[in-house]
Amino acid sequence: MAVIDQADAPAREELPVDEGNVLDVRDLRMRYGTKDVLTGVDFTAHPGEVVALLGPNGAGKTTTIEILEGFRMRSAGDIRVLGVDPAHGDENWRARVGVVLQSWRDHGKWRVRELLAHLGLYYAPYSTDRITRPWDTDELVAAVGLTEHADKKISKLSGGQRRRLDVAIGIVGRPELLFLDEPTAGFDPEARREFHDLVHRLADANTTILLTTHDLDEAEKLADRILILAGGSIIANGSADELARTMSTEAEVKWTLDGQRFVHSTSDATEFVRQLFRDHDEGLSDLEVRRASLEDTYMAMVHQFEAGRQADAVREFEVVTR
Amino acid sequence: MTPMMAAASAGFARGRTEVRQTLTNGQDLWNYAFPTLGFLITMFFMKDAAVPGTNFSLGSRTLPSVLGMSIAFTGLVTLAMTLAVEREDGTLLRAKAVPNGMFGYLVGKIVSMSGMAIASMVIVLIPSLFMLDGISINWFTLAWVIVVGLVATLPLGAVAGSMFTNPRNAGLIMLPMVGLTIISGIFYPISAMPEWLQGVAQVFPLYWLGLGMRSAMLPDGLAAAELGESWRHLETIGVLGAWAALGLLVAPMVMRRMARRESGSSVAERRERALQRVQ
Repeated sequence: MAVIDQADAPAREELPVDEGNVLDVRDLRMRYGTKDVLTGVDFTAHPGEVVALLGPNGAGKTTTIEILEGFRMRSAGDIRVLGVDPAHGDENWRARVGVVLQSWRDHGKWRVRELLAHLGLYYAPYSTDRITRPWDTDELVAAVGLTEHADKKISKLSGGQRRRLDVAIGIVGRPELLFLDEPTAGFDPEARREFHDLVHRLADANTTILLTTHDLDEAEKLADRILILAGGSIIANGSADELARTMSTEAEVKWTLDGQRFVHSTSDATEFVRQLFRDHDEGLSDLEVRRASLEDTYMAMVHQFEAGRQADAVREFEVVTR
Repeated sequence: MTPMMAAASAGFARGRTEVRQTLTNGQDLWNYAFPTLGFLITMFFMKDAAVPGTNFSLGSRTLPSVLGMSIAFTGLVTLAMTLAVEREDGTLLRAKAVPNGMFGYLVGKIVSMSGMAIASMVIVLIPSLFMLDGISINWFTLAWVIVVGLVATLPLGAVAGSMFTNPRNAGLIMLPMVGLTIISGIFYPISAMPEWLQGVAQVFPLYWLGLGMRSAMLPDGLAAAELGESWRHLETIGVLGAWAALGLLVAPMVMRRMARRESGSSVAERRERALQRVQ
């Protein structure tokens, strides 16, 4: 603890924390033994923002989220979550934060409505003029699409239904900040669509959301801003469009000419199509231009990062052997 | 309502719900009924034997001893195993994610374990009263022995449950408990044991729970068959009180340490381990 305090103190003086931010993470570091998992993570989130944290397995996404949830002690860094250091968050702070946990067989004997009503009891004293806590049980059950299973035993739910219940438990206290660690694992497409609607509704109600996912399509649909975590720090931070532009990934143009299908990749789709029309005006049909998806951008960024790291390693090796 | 009061009342509700769930669940009921059946059969065969030095039925002497034992087993073994299981499956982490959830969870466990201790005593007691003679209940003594017994054993169960990370290992706690049962004069008067074993038994709560329950349910004349030819109420309160004080001192520290270590990834890790065992 002494180490953290020492590391904290000067940083706090130099960088006054912006009160308007729900999440304010500066130079977050985490070390397990001799292994550095996080080597300086910086980001912020303002009220009502949906931020997606992406990254390869083992990049430290879950570690980051658990530190922000107050479930794990950090090695160093200055963090404010709803204006409070999560390592010292009290119960009043806890009531404003929602956590969607991965579950498997806890509370198996409880019924859906029974458990949600029970957990809601803890939040009732934390109601404010602005936010009525907890969420009405029947409304909440309906919001996550479990109305017809409300009186089922939890052990009898399917995997996707159980995950919806996890989400419901995470939001039963009407949190101002919600952490979602891979929320849609095991959802069918319809459940996924309903879940996306729910996230949009929560964001419209000014809930700030930090989510991790491996579904890049989902991140693109939900997130206002995307963070890519690789090698222990954030290597990209911006909207899906902004990321695509910084990577200048190529767009794909498809067209049919005289019954034959063509595909071409280009970094300047507009110019290419203009040229295409100039060359063959009449015979052209079925034109399709597809901008790089987040998936393309993501893959490009992670590859570039890893290639860079390899190059660094080679350079280091050369220095050492010289 | 203050947050702590809300959590306490939620905890009470939680305890009641858990008792109801246990009593309406075939598997759980069988887990309670099966040992009860064993006790009833044992007492039936001991019915016509006499407590040494008296003409009182040995079966009737065993009944209160068994009830005392069931307090110790619920308070210690059942609570320890429940904690180990609910830690593995993420129940505890969920409680941690809710404001004052851990406090509510603990209140709930105290209520549900006390409720189940009393329920498990009732299901042994009622059929026994039809079968055995000579039982005369002093309700006041019965009440304080149950309360002191629960206060002495529940914190110890919480400590034991916090120390096992794997619920399958939590079953190990049964071994010393069975050993203690044998030397604590539950099924046969402790005076039959060598003196050094009598000394060992009297250090632990189990002997005193059996003695306290006998003092509440047997005629006063039977005190003559006990060590020191007395019910030794003061000593009972002294030893059980010492265990309660020790448990209440250590349990919050151990449980806080355990709770601090809970996180999503530690639960996920245990799930992986558990699923590997299944395959």
